[in-house]
Amino acid sequence: MSDDRVTPVLETRGCTVSYDLTHEALHPVDLSFEQGGTTALIGPSGCGKSTFLRCLNLMNREIPRCRVGGDILYHGENVNSTDVDTFELRKSIGMVFQQPTPFRKSIRENVLFAPKRHGVTDKAVLDELLETSLRRAAIWDEVKDKLSRSALALSGGQQQRLCIARTLAMRPDVVLLDEPCSALDPISTFSVEETIRDMAADGICVVIVTHNMEQAARVSDRTAFFYMGQMVECGPTERLFASPADSRLEDYLTGRFG
Amino acid sequence: MPKHRLERCGLTVTGACVALVTVLVVTLIVMVASHGLATFANDGIAVGDFLLGTTWNPHQADANGNPTVGALPMICGSFAVTILSTVIALPIAIGSAIFVVEVAPGFGRRVFQPLIELLVGIPSVVYGLIGLSVVVAWTRSWSGSTGYGILSASIVLAVMVLPTVTSLSIDALASVPHEYREGSYALGCTRWQTIWNVVLRSATPSLMTATILGMTRAFGESLAVQMVIGNSAQIPGSLLTPASTLTSVLTMGMGNEAMGTVYNDVLWSLALLLMAMSLVFILIIHLIGGRGAVRHG
Repeated sequence: MSDDRVTPVLETRGCTVSYDLTHEALHPVDLSFEQGGTTALIGPSGCGKSTFLRCLNLMNREIPRCRVGGDILYHGENVNSTDVDTFELRKSIGMVFQQPTPFRKSIRENVLFAPKRHGVTDKAVLDELLETSLRRAAIWDEVKDKLSRSALALSGGQQQRLCIARTLAMRPDVVLLDEPCSALDPISTFSVEETIRDMAADGICVVIVTHNMEQAARVSDRTAFFYMGQMVECGPTERLFASPADSRLEDYLTGRFG
Repeated sequence: MPKHRLERCGLTVTGACVALVTVLVVTLIVMVASHGLATFANDGIAVGDFLLGTTWNPHQADANGNPTVGALPMICGSFAVTILSTVIALPIAIGSAIFVVEVAPGFGRRVFQPLIELLVGIPSVVYGLIGLSVVVAWTRSWSGSTGYGILSASIVLAVMVLPTVTSLSIDALASVPHEYREGSYALGCTRWQTIWNVVLRSATPSLMTATILGMTRAFGESLAVQMVIGNSAQIPGSLLTPASTLTSVLTMGMGNEAMGTVYNDVLWSLALLLMAMSLVFILIIHLIGGRGAVRHG
């Protein structure tokens, strides 16, 4: 079925994760993610949705005794191999975490952290990158007068938007978000969701893990349901929520577990 | 015993402990201060002459008939060994802390940290002995000097403070939340970029505290220093000439002088100076700690 379509930005084939070489935390998952699309990964706690997300930028590699199996194709090329420079890969696959992780630096240095490490030195380019990234994350107006202040002085919601700006400053073509709003107030959540829709409109491939089904409905055009380490069902968000095919998803949506 | 009497009894006992410690600390400070200040109040020695005088010879009177008690050579000596030993120890401490925390945590927790904590418990006289037979001999072998001096003392002190600074640096790096590292990895940064820009940067206040605690120990150490520094009370001209520190002059002189003599008072003044410096060090630690807490807050 993939023959008549453009190559997806990211695709997994039989992607598995096991800890301590024995316990398989994630059973084979086949999913593909396209440019400009937003996919929500939902499911009860411990279902493997975050574990799967962390395969997509090979973040699981940083965990000792964690093994990722199967193929992970980025623009058609398998990156789940030891020859691939994961650090290079993560320059184009950004990730935002549940807890904001601003570094102990100024707001400016936080946003320009990645570009500077990756060799951008032209001041005009950096200044431009700083402003556009902060604007895209909808935080420019709040911080434009205190760019040299410590990022740790910002509120939680601002810190999270700063982390999104920091990710966007790399100009990634995939952004992975791991429950980005679960520690935020409703207003910050609204503005982060706005940013997510903008990112997709700009052609970025967005994958978001969320435990909030309204949020999945608001931001995503496609949803994948995970349950007990398995990808159970995947389809257009509206269809999935309106008429789930799998009884486990139906139970989950009606609040019978999770 | 009725409950309310038991309550009061507990209150009295714990309160008494607190009172005892408080009284102890206050008396200690008052005693050192009163003896130390007697030099200036009773014996007529000017504070400036004491702090800035370059000649230490308490048995010989100067032009005004006062003993010559310039403490500057010892002050210089103390600061020189403290700073130099820190410069030697700090890179090694932080380097091994990085390895233990970032590269081989299992080895660090099970083998390395217990090992260096063993080193903390070794009495300073043992360090002094080893310094005397190894470090002094080694310095002598290549420098042509006697081998006694600031350099030997700094090397011995560096080894002595290394375990403390390393252990605290390990704790400092380990307490940097794992999320920070992931945040950096997610931006395509390598391990080394992450360690340098994120981990060390986040741990800076704790690393500074570790450093200053090490410096406090180096500044206050007497026995091992006295054994290898050469004990010559003159402004150190080079790292290889014999010198002395506030502590070494104190341990050398204290037993020989009668209470109440001017020499004895001057030694108390040295002790006062030492105590004041330690208080400054501790104050700095508190300031850093407070600032770190506010920023993390």
